[in-house]
Amino acid sequence: MSIDESTAAKVAKLARIKVEEKDLPALAQEFNAVLGFIEQLNEVDVEGVEPMVSVTPMRLKRREDVISDGDQQEKILKNAPDAREGFFAVPKVVE
Amino acid sequence: MTELTKLTLAEARDKLRAGDVTSVELTESFLKAIDDADALNAYVHKTPEIALERAKAADARIAEGDAPDMCGLPIGIKDLFCTKGVASQAASGILEGFKPEYESTVSQKLQDAGAVMLGKLNMDEFAMGSSNETSVYGNAVNPWRREDNDAALTPGGSSGGSAAAVAADLCLAATGTDTGGSIRQPAAFTGITGIKPTYGRCSRWGIVAFASSLDQAGPMTKDVRDAAIMLEAMCGHDAKDSTSSELAVPNFEAMLTGDIRGKKIGIPKEYRLDGVPAEIDKLWQDGIDMLKAAGAEIVDISLPHTKYALPAYYVIAPAEASSNLARYDGVRYGHRATLAAGDGITEMYEKTRAEGFGHEVQRRVMVGTYVLSAGFYDAYYNRARRVRTLIKQDFENVFAQGIDAILTPATPSAAFGLGEMSEADPIQMYLNDVFTVTVNLAGLPGVSVPTGLDSQGLPLGLQLIGRPWEEGDLLNTAYALEQAAGFVAKPGKWW
Repeated sequence: MSIDESTAAKVAKLARIKVEEKDLPALAQEFNAVLGFIEQLNEVDVEGVEPMVSVTPMRLKRREDVISDGDQQEKILKNAPDAREGFFAVPKVVE
Repeated sequence: MTELTKLTLAEARDKLRAGDVTSVELTESFLKAIDDADALNAYVHKTPEIALERAKAADARIAEGDAPDMCGLPIGIKDLFCTKGVASQAASGILEGFKPEYESTVSQKLQDAGAVMLGKLNMDEFAMGSSNETSVYGNAVNPWRREDNDAALTPGGSSGGSAAAVAADLCLAATGTDTGGSIRQPAAFTGITGIKPTYGRCSRWGIVAFASSLDQAGPMTKDVRDAAIMLEAMCGHDAKDSTSSELAVPNFEAMLTGDIRGKKIGIPKEYRLDGVPAEIDKLWQDGIDMLKAAGAEIVDISLPHTKYALPAYYVIAPAEASSNLARYDGVRYGHRATLAAGDGITEMYEKTRAEGFGHEVQRRVMVGTYVLSAGFYDAYYNRARRVRTLIKQDFENVFAQGIDAILTPATPSAAFGLGEMSEADPIQMYLNDVFTVTVNLAGLPGVSVPTGLDSQGLPLGLQLIGRPWEEGDLLNTAYALEQAAGFVAKPGKWW
């Protein structure tokens, strides 16, 4: 499995990370190095083995469906790069 | 007063209780030592006002006779922990300016116990790295140097600032986190002790997430007793972390008897790797001899899937990271890129993440995105999770044979030079975690103990891996190893 520049560009797009055109060959090469290393996993016989979900045997806890927190608008917005009138502000999403 | 900084947690605790010293005196000694040690770049956000305020409160508490073990003891906190009102950036540009409105559970527990926070410590960006070279703050520097030259060495990573600070006596102890070896490898590189507890022992709430099924916090300390004391203060059930264990936390320090007669110590043959220096093999053999002399039974064991741990890790960890780091979008906190006219929300995400994330983080997020993408999810991600099941079974099998703990080297080498690996491909750097990463995949406790020096005078460590939830027994074996090794070397002060 080898990754070409167009695949690298597609992955960057999926990850929402801007990668300049000129950097795509090097990125593809790095992906190939990592994926080449991962390929070793194909040597393992995993027939009938369950994929691990939880490393310690535990049942996922459930909590009461009650309000336990909230009403912290000011604190939540405090670190926002752009907050206006009690909301997070972002560039226009729809035309 | 300088010798105050050389105390262990246990010694400082006893001196505070005896009234020989105050927390304010201790704290002032450390604040001075920290200001003199900027060359190490261990502290990235100093908090002297908070430290002195907490030290005063601790002194009052001690005077009233209400003093938990950690009360009044100055410590450093890895930048990965959210600390209320104090910059918490995970050493990333994308969290520049972020000051949490809340405190992580672990740092809150330490604070409640009276510990004094001196500041935030350097690390690899989002804990992704083995040399502290991916930090937005620049490299942390190892206080140790080779005997024959002054080249700056890595303190290891990702908890490099924590390791450098403890080794250089810039705090009594520090918090670390460990996803693939990030406590144990830097501990080994700096001649200190570090334990990653069983997955679920420490709450992950408020710790910036890297790979949630692997991340665990733990203490980095000057010796095993200190690790026991600080670990106890950090552990415990937390309703805010659904993977946090409800098991009672024992008094780990009380379990340090040093008596390991009859304990079965496993030596896994798969950890003998080609290309590992003879010094590491000798260190390991010396450790085996020490535990044998202390009355333990040495048993050769096999962990057949060891070879596949690193490749599995480099699927699972990036996959989880790509999901966890999706939250850094320039909307709710941290950095947002300056946008050009006409840029929409997608450009905002893409530019913000390109500017805010460093190279290694970008690479891992994209590898994770790839292995989770349609068509590759089964071939990569699910296969890696199956291999992870097999790696855990390897350990379960040897524990079922009656093995109490497993002894291995902690790292395949001593600390290397900063910049030395910059030309190598990423896999070379990943190999640093070859002995430690299995433990995260299996969710087990693992401790690194310094036991010797290499021919260049640099510290080397051994790792002990324990049964799940048996950190107390594991620490006791580590204590016996520490007693036998008698490691007392310290770096000469050049900074």
